[in-house]
Order: sequence, then structure tokens, then C-alpha cells
Amino acid sequence: MFLKDYILDVYNGVSSLLKGMRKTGYYFTHPKEIITEQYPDNRATLKLADRFKGEVIMPHDDNNEHACTGCTACEIACPNGTIKVVTKSEVNAEGKKKKAVDALVYRLELCTMCNLCVIACPSDAIKMAPNFEHSVFDRTKLTKILNQPGSKIREGIE
Amino acid sequence: MYNQTEVIKDTTELGPEGELVINMGPQHPATHGVLHLVVTLNGETIKKIEPHLGYIHRSIEKMCESLTYRQFIYVTSRMDYLSSHINNTACALLVEKGMQIEVPERAQYIRVILNELTRIASHELWLGAMAMDLGAFTPFFYAFREREMITDIMEDTCGARLTMNYIVPGGVMYDIHPEFQTKVKAFIKQFKEKVTEYEDLVTNNIIFQSRTKGVGVLSREDAISFGCTGPVARASGVSCDIRKIAPYDVYNKVEFDEVIETAGDSFARYMVRIKEMNQSIRIIEQLIDSIPEGEFVGKTKNVLKLPKGEFYQRVETARGEFGVYIVSEGGTTPHRIKFRSPGFSNLSALSHMAEGSKIGDLMATMGTLDLVIPDIDR
Amino acid sequence: MFSLEGITTATQDWLLIKFNPTIALAIECVIVILLSITLFAFLGLVLVLMERKVAARIQIRLGPNRVGPGGIFQTAADTLKLIMKEGLIPDNADKFLFNLAPFVVMMVAMLLLAPIAFAKNFQIWDINIGVLYISAISSLSVIGILMAGWASNNKYSLLGAMRSGAQIVSYELSAGFAVLTIVVLTGSLQISEIVAAQENGWWLFKGHIPVIIAFVLYIIAVTAETNRAPFDLAEAESELTAGFHTEYSGMKFALFFLAEYINIFIVCAIGATLFLGGWMPLHIGHWESFNHIMDYIPSSIWFMGKTFFLIFLIMWFRWTFPRLRVDQLLNLEWKYLLPISLFNLLLVTVIAIMGWHF
Repeated sequence: MFLKDYILDVYNGVSSLLKGMRKTGYYFTHPKEIITEQYPDNRATLKLADRFKGEVIMPHDDNNEHACTGCTACEIACPNGTIKVVTKSEVNAEGKKKKAVDALVYRLELCTMCNLCVIACPSDAIKMAPNFEHSVFDRTKLTKILNQPGSKIREGIE
Repeated sequence: MYNQTEVIKDTTELGPEGELVINMGPQHPATHGVLHLVVTLNGETIKKIEPHLGYIHRSIEKMCESLTYRQFIYVTSRMDYLSSHINNTACALLVEKGMQIEVPERAQYIRVILNELTRIASHELWLGAMAMDLGAFTPFFYAFREREMITDIMEDTCGARLTMNYIVPGGVMYDIHPEFQTKVKAFIKQFKEKVTEYEDLVTNNIIFQSRTKGVGVLSREDAISFGCTGPVARASGVSCDIRKIAPYDVYNKVEFDEVIETAGDSFARYMVRIKEMNQSIRIIEQLIDSIPEGEFVGKTKNVLKLPKGEFYQRVETARGEFGVYIVSEGGTTPHRIKFRSPGFSNLSALSHMAEGSKIGDLMATMGTLDLVIPDIDR
Repeated sequence: MFSLEGITTATQDWLLIKFNPTIALAIECVIVILLSITLFAFLGLVLVLMERKVAARIQIRLGPNRVGPGGIFQTAADTLKLIMKEGLIPDNADKFLFNLAPFVVMMVAMLLLAPIAFAKNFQIWDINIGVLYISAISSLSVIGILMAGWASNNKYSLLGAMRSGAQIVSYELSAGFAVLTIVVLTGSLQISEIVAAQENGWWLFKGHIPVIIAFVLYIIAVTAETNRAPFDLAEAESELTAGFHTEYSGMKFALFFLAEYINIFIVCAIGATLFLGGWMPLHIGHWESFNHIMDYIPSSIWFMGKTFFLIFLIMWFRWTFPRLRVDQLLNLEWKYLLPISLFNLLLVTVIAIMGWHF
């Protein structure tokens, strides 16, 4: 009858609301559940994943040598023209003329971090570094030359 | 110079019968992107809604005509950015179908697990955003806590959190991270504990139920005639899950239910998505322990060229059926590419659903449609 | 033992010694005005920060924590920002009413401060119809809201103001009936007598079932009266009509904003006075030793504690529930709250006559 439905309606409504309040009340009284990371205060202990795609770098070893042969495979693989390889011709140890990389111009402002250049490289010369703080005041700083000055290719890389 | 009231009189529009025409958006907290709705009101009742699109059109389809078959996959991540893995899978499957590339089984398992994780992440974000539209601000943060676990898993394995670009024609780019399986299992455990929270706070809440039950009804015939797919159509009784109709990867080997409701109102659409999340968990549980050993990418040529002809591949994203259609002239780039976006057809049903209801119901209806505007505008 | 009553009597004696009674009264009025304005400013600062921190804790995050230790200067920074904004008046708006509306709302809030008893013998005006005065003055806030909506020359502001006006007027009925329950049990409208009648226990515990029902109805009704969620359709950001204070910016908007929080404080203070005993410590029947220990805590601390507990309850509602649609809101009042409060009034009258309360 009408009165029973009315009372049941009120009771069900109120109990559903109270259940919801209990859930939020639980979170109010348990501040340990807070998972906010207090960046930039925690820069010292911040740990990013190794594979995080922040920017492209060319790792150099202790003798200032890299593995890039100047084959321009990365330039061909890049979808929007972020990488431009400037090559020069130099004479190697056996006296033959070979192509070598002069500068690998990498424009960070255009990069979409799609990783296609890294998997296209046949000699594993470039990789992605987990660095995400790229803000600069001067836009020309975002055009980077990946091989360091005075570096040359390691032995035995083809 | 004009007085301000004279200017307003010239620019305030009235409809054909003198009703009020107002603009919602493109900047609006509730339209989930840049959507411009021109709403014709009669008092407080809605007579007609006309969406004006194109505010985020980036000519992706034209752009893809100058990208090779390895390069065009990353663009689809930017279309429906909440189901980026699923979009990438569609493109990779199309190229594999066209060039008859063999995909190793390990890669197929990884792809399906990532797809289902993406689906759960997309539904979590939808849940938070919809509750926020209706005025309940807290489920947003609880949903994002689960989504954070998923994006952490993605960050470890794929290297990025939103536009992952991990799936290539032939398989996946790298092997999975060594901790992938442990993290996914930990996520499943936490999800199962916390899913009751959404029930307490949102589903069983009497205010939420009275705001969504009976609102925005879409009948079965209308859903089919507008071309709606995904949860919108499944809530009206249309059985349209691509994973069941035309299974790809290892979907034919896993057991899961296709969730169908018949009421067709906003509450039914809400329940379909909640139950879909549970079904996705079920799929992941069946696959996570039995990933076979092997290669993670098949052998492909260096330069991919699709043979001359037309190719079409469709997948089930979180929003509905996503299709990729390529016309190839035999070169290294597609001659014409067309994406069938699920949001476009779902949005076209909005005017029909909201006719005759009040403005307050419009929010609930739009929330349950789950629109992502970059997907519609491409 | 610290007691505010001592400060007032000492000040009054000193003033009477120094000046003649009329000037002493005038100086006392000035002191009270200054104190109440300070109380408002301070309460505004504290309540806005409390809202943000409570919201953050419920949403598993930290609230404002950069400005000052633990974020305590956040509201001051926000107020400074609001003062520096341009106060724009729309072109065809009714200038006089447009400027007057925020002040009407603030004045109502200040007038309501008079009969509230903050501590023992620390009331500004102990009028013998205290409860009736509170009901009457709180109805005047509707005028301010309608003025704001009308004077903005914006059809959405007017729509929002109309809805808000209808909501406030409807829910005043239920609030009034809830308050009447306590009046029936006490037998007097005077605030000090209501508090004194709770000397052997608060009304929430003494008058059992009807007072608990009345308390729940009162909390729901005042949440709706102050336009708080889940009844905040009039000022919701994600709905179409943005409410009666759309056209206000700068300091006038800050006044509306502040007046809303002060209103919450006032209605919670009244609720604490009527249902939870005001400044009366927790006494249980005639357990003398227990009562004596409870008396050691100063009465102002009791009052503030109860009020802030009720404020926390209202904030808890806001961050848990979704919003009601306007027709569901009015439905709730006229079909559910009003019949239940009428029935409750009948019940409490029977209980008061038969003496079935403690």
C-alpha cells in the first residue's frame, strides 16, 4: 500500500546516502592513502621508468666515441622531419674514403617521441633518455646537435 | 557607436518560431573537449540540438597520405587518445592483413592484454568525468587512482603514459618489462577491492539513479539507424561487439560475456560500461599467466608496400567500432585513408535522444555518450 | 579557568567608572560592531580554507599547502587577488540594485549574529523571541538574491535567481518546523532559556525519536537554504545557467562568496544551540562528578566545537553526493520533508504533553 512504499522509499534512499558518506568518511580519516607526489620538492628521489621517452640522445663512452655511421636511417624513419643528418667525407684508417657524420641535428620542438628513429638505427647509436624538464626561455636552445664536438666513431662499427 | 543593448539585439538569435537559441561551448566545463552545441530551447525544454564540429580538425587523413606504413600509426594515438593502443592495433592489423605478415603468439597476447588495460583506463576516466558533470566531485579522484596504476604499467613497458606508440606491424616494439606480470596482477587485485567503492558512491546512490533513470532513451531501431556502436548501442539491446563478431588477435580463445542491456536510458549505458570493465578484468586474468615464450615481433621487410587494392579493418575501442580503410596504389604511402570514428555516429544520435527533455538532463545524456572530440574531428 | 564572561563584565565595569552610562553604551556598541566585523573576516578566512582542506582529504589529495605553513595564508592571498580585479557593471543593469544586493545579503548575516550565545552570558541581544527573530531575519536573504538576479540584466541570472528563491522559500518551512520541535519541548522562544533547559543533557539525547528526526530534517533544510550541494543548482558551474552572481566580479563577488560561508556558520550555530546545547557542556542527568569535570572545559570551546562539527557535516555532504535537478529538489521538499515534519511536530507535542522525554 502507499504508506509502506513511501516509508520503504525514504529508508532505501537514506541508507544509500549513508553508505556513500561512510566511504568518503573513511578516506577523510585515513590520510595515509594520499598518493600525491610533491614535485618539485622530491626531485632528488624521483624515479622514472627506464624506457620513458623523454628526448633522443646519443650515448658517448669514456673516450668520447659514439656509434653513429651517418647512414641517415633515422632521418628516413622520422615521420615529421625532426632529425637531419649532416654528413662529411673522411678518410679512415685503411685510406678509404667513407661517409661519417658531421652533425646530427635534432629539433626537440618537433619531436613526437614516437621511437621510430631508435628502432630504425642499425648500430644502436641513439636511444631515448628519461628527461622531461625541457622548458627553456630561448627557443633556439631546443635545436640540439647530438654528437659531441671532437667525438668520432668507435672502432668496429659498420 | 552602438549602445551595448542594440548590439545584443542584433546578435541574439531566435529560432523559426521565436524560441531561444543558445550556444554551449566550445569552451564549456562539461563538453569534454571543444564541442559547440547550438541548442534551441522552448522555455526549458530542448527542441533541437545541432553540433558544430571542426574546432580540432587537424587533417589527419590528408597527413597520412605522405607517411609510410610504419609511420602513420603514431597519428592514430592522437585521435582517440584514451584508447590509443586499440587504435594502433587497428592500423597494425590492417598492414599485416594486406602484406600477409605473420604475428607471433607472444605479441598477440601482449597486444590483447594492453588493449584491455586501455579499455579499463578509458572507462575509469569516463566514470570520473561523468560523475563530475553531475556534481559529485569525489569519484573522479578515486577513478584516477586506478588509472594511475595502469599508466604506471604503460610507462614501464611502452615508455609513455598517454600516446604510447608501442604496436608496430608484425607485433610490438620491445619485449614487455620484467615486472609487467607482477604489476598487472597487483592492479587486478586492487581493482577488485575498489570496484565496490564506485557502487557505494555512485551506482547505488539514490540521487544519481533518479538523475539517470529514464533520461535520454534511445530505442533499438534508432540505435541501428543512427549507426551507433559500442556501449551506446549495447545499452539499447543491439549486439555489436566486434570482439565477438569478427575476432582478431587471440579474442577467439578467451571467454568473456558481451554485456547487453535493453532499457536504452542513461543508467543502462552506465551499467554497460561498468560491467564491461569487469569483463575486461576477466580477459586479462585468463591471459596474464600464460603468455607464451617467443618472438615479440614478426619478420617484416624493411620497406613496407601494400599491394594495390582496398583494405578495411575494424576493432572495438572503448567507444565503439573504429575502422581503418586504406586505398592503396601499390606505393609506400597510402593513396587515401579514412577512419571511421565511433564518436561521430554516437554524437548524431544526441539530438534525437535529448529532444523533449530539460537542460539538466542534457548533461546526464552527454556524459553517458562518452564523447572524445578529437576522435570526431580527426 | 578562562571565561569570556569575565572579560565582558570587567570591560563594562571599567567603562561605567570612566564615562556616564549613555556614552558607555555608545562605546560598547562600537566595540561590538568592530568585534563582529572582525569575527566575520576571520571566519571567512578560516571557513574557506577548511572547505578546501576537507575537500582535499576526502579526495585523497593534499589541499593548499604552499602559501604559508600548511597553507594558512591561502585565503588571504585569494582575497587580495579578488580585491585587485576589475568590478564590472553590465551596461543596462539597474545600478542601484546591482550595487546594493551583496550588501543586503551581508547585512542579513550580520543581523543574525545578535541572538547567538557564543559562551555563558556572552550574547549580544537576548531578546525574548529569539527563535522567531532568527526565522524572520533569515527569510530576508531571498530579497538580496532576487535583487542580484534582476539587476544583472541577464536572463540566465534571473532564471537562476528565481530557482534559488523558490528553493530557499520552500525549505524554510521544513527548517521552521524542525526548530518548532525544540520550542515545544522547551516551552520558550528565548535562546538563553533553551540553552539553560539543556543543563541536564542536550535535547538530541533527551528528546529521543522526534528530536533526532527533527535534527536530520534541519540539517537537510539548512543545506538547501544556503544553496550548498547537493542543492546548489543555482550556482553550479557545469550546468547551463550560471546563477545569480554571474555578472559580479571583484569585491562584490567576494562579498557574495563570503556571505555564503557566514550563512553556513550562522545556521550551524543555531543548530548547535537548539539541538546540541549551545555553550552547555555535556551533562548526563544528575551525575554530579561527571558534570563537574565537563565544566572545566570553557563554554566557548564547547560552542565552537559543536558548530564546527556541524559545518564539517555540511561540507561532507557537498563532496559526496551529486546534484539534484530543480524539480527533484522541490519534489523532495513538498512531498517528503514537509509531511514528515508535520507528523514529527504532532509526535513531539504528544511526547511533551505526556512527559515521555527525559
